[in-house]
This record gives sequence, C-alpha cells and structure tokens, in this order.
Amino acid sequence: MKVKVISRNPDEYLRETKRDIHKVQRNYDPDLHPLEAPREYARALNSVKLERMFAKPFVGNLDGHRDGVSCLAKDPKNLSILASGACDGEIRLWNLPVRSCIRSFQAHDGFVRGLTYTPNGQNLISLGDDKTIKFWGLEEDQEDPLNTILSKTVVSSISHQRGETRFATSGEICQLWEHTRNEPIRSYQWGVDSLHHIAFNQIETHLLAACASDRSIILYDTRETGPVRKTVMKLRANCLSWNPMEAFMFTVANEDYNLYSFDVRKMKSPVNVHMDHVAAVVYVDHSPTGKEFVSGSYDKTVRIYESHKGHSRDVYHTKRMQRLTVVSWSLDNKYIMSGSDEMNIRVWKAQASEKLGVMKPREKAAMNYHEALKAKFAQHPQIKRIARHRHVPKHVFNAQQEQRVMREKAKRKEGNVRKHSKKGSVPFVPERKKHIIKEHE
Amino acid sequence: MPRLQMGSKKPGQKPKKQFVKPSAIGDRKPISTKTMLKNRDAQLKEFVSLELKGRRKSAKDPKVGNENQDNPLPTSLRAKNDTSSGRPPVPKEKLLKHSRGEGIDASNIKVGLLKKKIKKREKLIDYSTEQAARLELFLPEDSGFLETDDGEVSRQFTQAQIASSLDITSATKQFELDLQFGPYRSNYTRNGRFLVLGGKRGHLAAMDWVTKKLMCEINVMEEIVDVRWLHVETMFAAAQKEWVHIYDNQGIELHCLKQLHKVLCMEFLPYHFLLATASEQGWLKWLDISIGKIISQFNTRMSRLNLMVQNPYNAVLCLGHSQGTVSMWSPNMKEPLAKMLCHRSPLLGLSVDRTGQYMITSAADKTMKTWDLRMMSGPLTEYHLHAHANNLAFSEKGLVGLSMGNIVEVYKDPCRNQVDKAYLRHKSNSTIRSLQFCPYEDVLAVGHSKGFSSILVPGSGEPNFDALEANPYQTKSQRQEREVKSLLEKIQPELITLDPSTITQVDTPSLKDKVEARKNLLFLKPPKFDFEPRRRAKWRAGTAQVAKTKKIIREDNVRKFVQTKQQLTREENKSKATVNEPKDVLDRFRPKKRR
Repeated sequence: MKVKVISRNPDEYLRETKRDIHKVQRNYDPDLHPLEAPREYARALNSVKLERMFAKPFVGNLDGHRDGVSCLAKDPKNLSILASGACDGEIRLWNLPVRSCIRSFQAHDGFVRGLTYTPNGQNLISLGDDKTIKFWGLEEDQEDPLNTILSKTVVSSISHQRGETRFATSGEICQLWEHTRNEPIRSYQWGVDSLHHIAFNQIETHLLAACASDRSIILYDTRETGPVRKTVMKLRANCLSWNPMEAFMFTVANEDYNLYSFDVRKMKSPVNVHMDHVAAVVYVDHSPTGKEFVSGSYDKTVRIYESHKGHSRDVYHTKRMQRLTVVSWSLDNKYIMSGSDEMNIRVWKAQASEKLGVMKPREKAAMNYHEALKAKFAQHPQIKRIARHRHVPKHVFNAQQEQRVMREKAKRKEGNVRKHSKKGSVPFVPERKKHIIKEHE
Repeated sequence: MPRLQMGSKKPGQKPKKQFVKPSAIGDRKPISTKTMLKNRDAQLKEFVSLELKGRRKSAKDPKVGNENQDNPLPTSLRAKNDTSSGRPPVPKEKLLKHSRGEGIDASNIKVGLLKKKIKKREKLIDYSTEQAARLELFLPEDSGFLETDDGEVSRQFTQAQIASSLDITSATKQFELDLQFGPYRSNYTRNGRFLVLGGKRGHLAAMDWVTKKLMCEINVMEEIVDVRWLHVETMFAAAQKEWVHIYDNQGIELHCLKQLHKVLCMEFLPYHFLLATASEQGWLKWLDISIGKIISQFNTRMSRLNLMVQNPYNAVLCLGHSQGTVSMWSPNMKEPLAKMLCHRSPLLGLSVDRTGQYMITSAADKTMKTWDLRMMSGPLTEYHLHAHANNLAFSEKGLVGLSMGNIVEVYKDPCRNQVDKAYLRHKSNSTIRSLQFCPYEDVLAVGHSKGFSSILVPGSGEPNFDALEANPYQTKSQRQEREVKSLLEKIQPELITLDPSTITQVDTPSLKDKVEARKNLLFLKPPKFDFEPRRRAKWRAGTAQVAKTKKIIREDNVRKFVQTKQQLTREENKSKATVNEPKDVLDRFRPKKRR
C-alpha cells in the first residue's frame, strides 16, 4: 500500500520574519471562487460609490487680480506656468505647483483682450482695448514691452500660428501679423461685422477660424487672399476651439446654451450638439488628447464633455465662483483652469476622482481593476444612476427644470401643428440642423 | 536534399536582382526584364514540382516521417514551440476549466471599430484564461492518494493502518475524542483550521484541531441541535433547545436570537453574511449577521424541516422533506425555486457538491441517488444500500462520505459512474450523527454518540488553497483585513438565484413575461377615474347636475376604453389568424376576406 495525504510545510506558507510581507498563495480554479458574477457586481457598486466619494475636483485658487480675469495663456514649453490677463489691463504670471504669482505688470489701458505665448515659449504677446499689440519678455527684470505695435483697428482676440512667427488677430477685420513687422502682412474681410474670437488650427497650421458677431463662423486659409467659407447660425458663437488631434474638427461655444462640433468639410450642419448648460456658453477649450473639451458658461458652471457625446460628463461649480469668462485645459491633460468674473483663477482636476501624485504598482493595479469593473457593469441601472448623479446649484437645477418644460412645450406644439396640417408640410428637422441658417462658400 | 537547396540558395538570389537600382535596370532594359521573367518562371516551375514531389513522398514514404522521430513532442505542439515565445502550450482541458464560456463571435459585426474593440477584448480574455491555466503548473501541493498493491483493496485498510504508514504530522490528523455529552455535531471553518463541536446534552467546544489547542469549552445546560461557524473563527452560532445563541471563541454568549425559534438546522452563507435557519414549525429564516436583521422569513408549509444544506455554487438552500422531495429556496421568494421528487420515502441525507453540479440524496427506503442539479435531472446513478444512510457529505474532490448506523463509507466519484465498492470503510464505536469533510485537508469529521473522531481519507481535499478566499495559515491581522474586505463585498440577498451569473446577462423578457404582458392587455379593467366637478355658479352647482356630468364622463371613458381594447384584440387576432391559417393550393379560389 502506498498512501499520501495532504501535508503542508507551514514554513512555505508563513513569512519568515515579521518584516516580510505575508505570503499569499493563489489558486485560480473557478470552483474555489464561487458566485463570481454577484461578487463582481458588489465590487463594481462599491467602486462607483467610492468614485463619487472621492470626486473632489477643486485643487486650488489663484487670487491676486484686481478685476475680472479676461484671458488665460498656456506656456507651450513649461507646464508649471500660466499667464493671465485681467479687465484692468494687468497681466500676471503664475507658478501653478506652489499656486503663487511670480510676476505682475500693467500691460494695457482697459481690458487685456488676448494673450498668447509664442511657440518657442520665450515671449508673450498681449493685446488690449487700447488697440496695441505688445511683445513681452519673460525675464524678471524686463519691465517694458520688447515691442509695441499700434493697430489701426480695434483688436479683440489673438491666436498664434504653430511653428511659425506669424499670428492672427481679430477685431473689425481679421489680420495676419509677422513678428518682425509693424504692419499686418495680410487682412481678410467678409461683411462688415466685427470678429470677436479667432483660432489657428494646430495641425493644418494654415487654417484659421473666427467667430463673427453677425452670428457666423468664418474659415480662412492663410495661403489664400480671401476667406474660404462661412456658416451662419441662429445665435452667435462666442468662442471656438480646434480639436488638437483631428485636424478637421472644431467646437464652438454658442450663445444659445449649446456647444456645436463642426466638421470643416461639411459645415452645413454640426456633427454634434452638446447640451446641458443653462446659460450662454462663453468659452471652450479642448484637452490635448482631443477626446474631451471643457466649457465655461454664464450659468457659473464649468462642464466637461466627451467630444462625441451630446451631454456633459461632469460639472464643476463652487458657491463663490461667478460667471465664467475663460477656461483652459492644461497640456498634461490633468488640470483645468478657469477664470471668472470675481477675479479668481481656479484650478480643477480634469478627472474629478483621480488620485494625484505617484501611485504604487499595487495601487495602480487595483485602480485598473476597478475601472474595468465599472466599465463591465456600467449599464446596470443602479450603477448608472450613481455614476451619473451630480449635484448642481439650485439656480442651475431650477433653470434645467424650466428649460425642460419649455422644450417639451415646443415639441408638443410642433406635434400638434403637424397633426393638424397637411401631411409632409411640417417636416421633421433634426436637432443638428435646427441651429444653422445657411452656409456661404 | 533538393528542398534545402530551394530554401537557401534560390530565393536568396531573387531579391538581390529585384533591388537593383532603377537606373541600372534602365541601361539594359529589354534583356534584363526578359531574363528575369524567364528565371522566375523556371524557378516557379522547379519550386512547384519539388513541393509536389516532397508532399507525395511524405505521404507515401514512411521514411520521411521517421526523420524527426527522436523529437518527443507531438507535431501540433512542436510548431508552437518553435515560435518565438518558447513556452509550452497549455493542455486544452485545463483551458476549458478556466474558460468563462465562449466569447463573442466578431465576424457578424458590421461596424469596423466595434469589431476591432470586441476582438481586442476577446484576445485579452483568452490571454487571461491561458495565464490562469498556466499557473496550475506552479501549484505547490499535490492531492493525496491511496494506492493498493496486488490482492489488496483500499477499503480493507483501517485508520490505524493508514496512519501508521504516514509521517507523524499527517498521522496526528487522525484522532478520537471520547466525550460523554453526545451525540455530537461538528463544523469546520471555511479555511478548515478550526472546529466546533456541539453535543446534544449541552457540550460546546471550539478548537484549533490541527494544533489541538482548545479555545473554549462550556456546557450550556440545554439541548444543542446544531452548531455553525460564522464568517470568522471568533464567532459561532449554536441552535439550542429554544433559540439560537451566538458565542465568541472564548465561550462568552454574545447574542441570544429569540427570533430564531426552535431551529433544527443552520447554514451560513459566507458571501452573503446570512445565517439561514430551518425550524421545527417549518419556518425558514435568513439572518444578516452583519446588520443583525432578519432579511426574510416565511413558513414553507412543509412541516418539520430537519434536513437542510446550502448549494455553495449559488447559495440556494436545499431542504429535504419526508415526502421524498427536495425543495430549493431563496430569500426572495415565498415559493420554492424548484422542487424535485427524489424518493418515494422520507429523505434522510442530502448533500450538494461545491461546483453545484451534483446532488446526492438518501432515503428511508435504503437507496441513495445522485442528481444533476444544474439540469435538474436524474437520477444519474442509483445505489441500493444495506442500511439507512443517515448522513451524506461531499468532499472538495468529489468523494462522497455516508454513514449507516456506526459505519462510515467513502465512495469515489459515485455521480459520474456507478461505483460498486466503497473506497474506504470505517467503523465507529457508536451511532453517527454528523459527517463533514474538512476543507483543504484529507480529513473527514465524524460526530457520533460517544464523541468525535477525525479520520483520514486520502485524496478527498483540495491541496492548493487560495489565500484570498480561505487561508489556513492566516494571521490575526490578515483575518481582520479579510473581514473588512469581505464585508465590503457582501452580496445582497436579492442576488440569490438558481443561476448566479444572471446579473451579467442581458435582461430579455422571458416567454412567461410576454404571456403575462399580453394577458394584462387583454383582461384590462377600465381605469378608475377621478372626477372633481368644476366650481360653478350657485344655480348650476346642484348635486344632480354634478352627478349627471359625472355619469356622462364615466360613460365616455368606458366607451373609449372599450374601443381601444377591441382594436387591440382585433389586431391580436389578426396576427394570430395570419400565422395559424393552413395553406392549401385551392385556397386561392376562396372569396377574399375583407380586412
């Protein structure tokens, strides 16, 4: 007879000294792990609850401006520095990690309307209500501007061409400038109305788009002499941001509470309508991955959208934050900066529940596991409900209710009209086409 | 070999010619292209003929096959071995064991991006399955066995003989406790390290049975019907004459649960933190021990419930009844989830294996049957015993222990094939009251009238534990951490169903739901209407006027309702008629029906 029973040597299962970590023997046999699905569900539920618990997006506050913040500029070479211009003509440079002001100087009389870094990150260009365009050096002791250009027309916005020494300004007309010259090298005009925002494409660097106050969006090509294309919307677009990854896509923030994503090749209707704001959207900025964008609105909230989705992923607000004037997504895709009327710049996390700082491998693995679980059970009603729920301020909540009633009313009325008129005389118009009036080429 | 020549020389020449600079070709264009083409044709011809020859040869001539015979691996695996990774392939049956079912077939999907995503995910799942299966190679322990020589049978060996041929640590696992408050019931913790004993005449003892360290020993001075460990080894529940009491490992009474009255059987569902009890009056109760509340209780109307086990696969309770039926219960339904008629006489023993696949029952007619629990079918096998089998127990490896009077017999895999002889046999000195295999050990606990004995059954236990599920060597801090984690992962009792994976499946209405929905539509009652009369001028506000208006509105409502219902039934009938009508060649001559 040969006989053997299970006999384990405890030394192989116990740690040798107290300083060691515990030995954990694994056996992945499914029979040893019963009730897999319900246990995973319980875990997913926990992790989605934890996600909401840890969702504390507000990182910090940069205060110092003595008037509302009017513009922000990201340093293309340095993640830790942010430049901001205010309505009293002051420009401040901030050190983000320590949240302090490095430098401040009076740049313009009246508003600082536009602010941008040159692509090499060595100079700052600002423009103000005093019709001047000023070049600034970034060293401590450089008090005066390196160069001041006096524009013949009012200027309201600036955008720098990538990899070149040219930039464009908008105002009464769109002008193209060269660093070394004091006169615009080219100017474009279409109609008589003024342009209030302009942006260069970051991939197709010759492409330029501007929002005009005659409710239109105008496309320019710097290689051509005239504007290329124009789309007129029902209400005016406030701001425009090109997708930094997809050359042909841009998003505009509109006065009618929505944002619209356009495809340059097909400007007749937007590709997507992004809803959820309850007041005019003032500013929009894409994340460097191009998958998301952030918008600031007159309803005192910041919202984050996924580029291909119609509703926002997240909404940020604080009690003290007033109407937003400008938002910006940091170049490391981790933070969002927002400037508002009440003189503060706020720094937010881009992912509300993300843990900042270095993570240990086990922590990272656990995080990945929980992400996977959340994705697996995302469609379950309870998990969906928890993941989607956001608390919004009372005025936003009430406005949402009110607007829902208004929308339903309009829909009902349209339905009634359709019911009582000749078949086909009241066509169904998709939401995307409702907000566009016409397209000029 | 001609083949070798092909492989090395000629294809090597060809690319050289192709990569000549275009300018150089241009100098002598007509000649070079022609010759090139010629060369290529010749090469191709040669290649094809050689290939064919080679194949024919290998098919006919065994010599070609013999060339590689010194390589021990089968050809299919050899090909894989030669590739980059150099890892041996995982056997198919092991992959099958770890697989979570067939994946999604991406070939029917039209959207390119989705197809890509699904394919990627399937690949990841396959990879993880393979990794899990591969890890089986590295498991440190092997399961036990008992091999017999010629002329021996395994059941002839007594426990003393088995213990004498084992090392001293294993031999100490076989022991006998002579106690006087019997008959005894026993229970092991989930990690198999601790044991609690409850004697019918009030004796309670908890111990670490491996080191034989006694944790507590008391006499409750009352009848003890059943004992059960809770989620950790610091607490256990004892069903006493009237109520269920909870003690800690020092023997201090923590709770007296008067809601659990006259309990005969207890089961602890570790992932749900539920203590399930079955009582003398037919009550089934589930107590959530993490919040101390009874989450569900009802009377089964099945009289006395003295036989209950849990199905570890789905945490459903199986009750054995005196009518010979087995009924399955979840806390969410007051009716049994399923009922099986297993025997024609009262059930005596019942056990479910850990995979939830097999159930084994024994009855007063001295038979024992095995059932397929997932298909709810059977019996798979049927045994006629020479005595009543009062207790049944499944081990982790599928062995079945049964007790008849004072005899314990262990059968090896009696579900899948008809076994005629027992694997082991043990004679105790008194009537046996309870049987349980120890988790992760080759040990069977036998509680009997005169005490308790722990006997060795080689090959019954799972040799490799998973420390994140149950760890026999866990320390205090590990236990505490585990307790918190498992509490966080507590499964809600609503998820107890026959198929535990229901939560991951798509929620489609079953046929029953559809029929129910149709019924609701057809046998709809007119909705109650709430009539609030408008305030009118005084001379028109009389009750007679109000009653009149009310009547008009009600009749109008009813008329509308009847109309819609008729329309619905008409549509229903129409669809039915078109489907059910028999078709005949001569139907075309019938007068056309009006729609």
